[in-house]
Amino acid sequence: MIRNIGIVAAVALSTGGAVAAVDIKEVETPLGISAWLVEDHSIPFTALEIRFGVGSASEPEDKLGAAYLMTGLLAEGAAEFDAAEFQKQLESIAASFEFDARKESISVSAKFLTENRDEAVELLRKAIEEPRFDSEPFNRVQSQVLTILRNREKDPDTISGDAFISTAFGDHPYATPVEGTKNTVASLIPKDMMDIHKQMLVRNGIVVGAAGDITSDELAVLLDRLLGGLPAKGLEPIASAELVMNGGTTVVDFPSPQSVVRFGHAGPLRNDPDFLTAYILNEIVGGGDFRTRLNVEVRQKRGLTYGIGSYLSAFKTAGLVIGGMASANERVAEAVKVVKAEWERVATDGVTADELRDAKAYLTGAYPLRFDSNESIAKILAGMQFEGLPASYVKQRNDLVNAVTLEEINELAGSLYKPEELHFVVVGQPEGLEREQ
Amino acid sequence: MRSIQRIWFILTLLAAPTLGSAAENVSGFRLNNGMQVVVIEDHRAPIAVQMVWYFAGAADEQPGKSGIAHYVEHLMFKGTEKFGPGAFSNAIKLIGGSDNAFTTHDYTAYVQRVAVQHLETVMEMEADRMRGLVLSSEDIETERQVVLEERIERTDSNPSAVFGEQRSAAQYLNHPYGIPVIGWRHEIERLDRDDIFDFYSQHYVPNNALLLVAGDVNPDAVLEMAERHYGVIEPSTRIPERPRPKEPPQLSERRLTYADPRVSTPYVVRTYLVPERDSGDQETAAALSLLAEIIGGAGINSVLSQKLEVKDELAVHTAAYYGGTSLDDTRFTLVVVPKEGVALGEAEAALDEALAEFVETGVDSDHLDRVKTQVRASWIYAQDDVQSLAYDYGSSLVTGLTLEDIAEWPEVLQEVTEEAIIKAANGLLDRRKSVTGWLMREEGSS
Repeated sequence: MIRNIGIVAAVALSTGGAVAAVDIKEVETPLGISAWLVEDHSIPFTALEIRFGVGSASEPEDKLGAAYLMTGLLAEGAAEFDAAEFQKQLESIAASFEFDARKESISVSAKFLTENRDEAVELLRKAIEEPRFDSEPFNRVQSQVLTILRNREKDPDTISGDAFISTAFGDHPYATPVEGTKNTVASLIPKDMMDIHKQMLVRNGIVVGAAGDITSDELAVLLDRLLGGLPAKGLEPIASAELVMNGGTTVVDFPSPQSVVRFGHAGPLRNDPDFLTAYILNEIVGGGDFRTRLNVEVRQKRGLTYGIGSYLSAFKTAGLVIGGMASANERVAEAVKVVKAEWERVATDGVTADELRDAKAYLTGAYPLRFDSNESIAKILAGMQFEGLPASYVKQRNDLVNAVTLEEINELAGSLYKPEELHFVVVGQPEGLEREQ
Repeated sequence: MRSIQRIWFILTLLAAPTLGSAAENVSGFRLNNGMQVVVIEDHRAPIAVQMVWYFAGAADEQPGKSGIAHYVEHLMFKGTEKFGPGAFSNAIKLIGGSDNAFTTHDYTAYVQRVAVQHLETVMEMEADRMRGLVLSSEDIETERQVVLEERIERTDSNPSAVFGEQRSAAQYLNHPYGIPVIGWRHEIERLDRDDIFDFYSQHYVPNNALLLVAGDVNPDAVLEMAERHYGVIEPSTRIPERPRPKEPPQLSERRLTYADPRVSTPYVVRTYLVPERDSGDQETAAALSLLAEIIGGAGINSVLSQKLEVKDELAVHTAAYYGGTSLDDTRFTLVVVPKEGVALGEAEAALDEALAEFVETGVDSDHLDRVKTQVRASWIYAQDDVQSLAYDYGSSLVTGLTLEDIAEWPEVLQEVTEEAIIKAANGLLDRRKSVTGWLMREEGSS
């Protein structure tokens, strides 16, 4: 189409030039905690992202959900403050603390103003190091978690995600939701919180990202005060996971006009040398924009869904390619067929030079746009360290993307996409779908 | 849009973002053809966000044509004479940008986020589709299916959303806010090409639009660029009046129940018809905003949380919401999610008791101080996210507020008195303007 040439030419001139405009300082504290910092003094606050190196996958079998409940209680009373008083203190300094448990990490996301940074850090220290787990907040938050677990049982999206992960991992701890199960959560007591807290919030394996109105010297002092009192070591790493999923279709009956679908199979680990190549491939097939193959074929051409996409899900010891969509019960069989055909197509024919060029343009153009706020920069810095990437990766990453060749990507396409291993979990009342398993 | 189907740990003790924010470095202009231009500067990263907001949303649809505003929003991605099908999204992709759009009752907005050197590219394309939309019959039919899938996914598959739709319809006796933005299914199915182009050609004109550019930009340069791309578009002399039938006096409390086998956690929700933020007269809205924080804000120190969750141990979750940014009268919302085994009637009675007690006892002045501190801090934190700042400005400006109103809002919030909050709370004791809904499990289901 001739009309497009103007824009495409302009684009060609500008791609590849952009590099993330952040300057990462590596900070090492006297107590040996390392952190990355991007200083920016234009807004008087700091964003801090801390990740501890173990998560719910390390829980004992009869304590599933302990880490999630524990993180939900960290701002519910610590040191000399009961829950109400702790939150009043936090409200008075207008800081924000969020705690979250994941399968392989526990994260702390904090924001605090420069004007009362010391008070905020002391309050955060209390929450991380000296939580109380009093019985009042314990009972209250435990019943909130039980409510969440009951809700999950009737949410088709959650059901399909959980069913897919549990089909993939069988008995391995990755298969269990972070929130635990109704039985295990109901049996937890405050003592379990103390135990899991002591084992998980430890210095070993900790990574820290910070961004905003703070210098590296100030950050080093802050981190030793904040984290220096924690135990050095905790749980050992978990056993490696093995994928136990085969190709096929699992249907979970659910009364809804629409079927929610998850699909996928094995994928690369984060430290796989081909990870970036796989990432580019996924971008072309089902990644983050409107023009992916899956979106074009399933949504734009056929109107079979409101949304479809895929991503690489990399745990420490296992990787998956996972896709998802929702489609009316009477149309979902066709949507599944189209996805299978796309899987065949990429496995057999790979991608074209144009698709690779466009994906590179998108990924390299989009990368610097991620570094747009203190909050997102702090999270990216912690995430990179968690994945074992060097700070210099920020500057190299677009060159690495551009260096991937069509031969490399198409060699990988044949081994990454395995139509015969593609497993679908369909939650709903699908019509005309072959149940192969 | 907040989901009350799930409950979350609420550990973020910040004031709700709906409380708004004030930024420096905001400039406002108007092009010769009547299009408004607002620029928000943030020079920390070489990024620009372009938003074009049309002063037209679902509440501007003709009777029987529900869903047309949202349907047109979808179709705007189909292409123009100058940029063929898919060219827009493709070009955004090639520069690593992202784009999206959203429709509400009051407005429709289109957003792109790109590296700053590409601002002109997206401006050229956005200006082009203001008047140049081209649709094949196939585009229209395929996209109708996508919209219907969206309706199934977001509404029909979600008992909370179905219930919400029914409650809105009960709240508004006469105003179109009672009709869902996405439209009723039977009406979406019948929207045709004429409906689409009627809505598009009447509303998508420069003198019915606001351009908002935020990021690493210079206001004069943006204005010059805007003149070049938007300034050349002919203004329209036939923008329809926004009819907006007004609500009659609401004299009778409404109550409804909705039972669905897919419900796992029943809850009570009550909404009251209340005023929105009005230009030059934001005091009532400010009192309602702080009232929502005091009685149902995040954390356990809110009035409802203290009584229903901590003291009486009846509820697993309580909340109060007020969003004042709308063109016409809006809603104040109260939610109680009772503990397993606690009846909805008991939970509702405890809610009413808590409200009466609050009006009786008055506002704890320490509590109000803490809320005001958080509101002040939220303006500092808001500067960190220029896109959401731009969203706050845009949604205010297209619902009747001015840059002056936005600048004054922080101060208006700080000046809210305890008396004003109690006066606002007193209104919650009068249920004639309210709708109370019980979302229930279907009989016989587990």
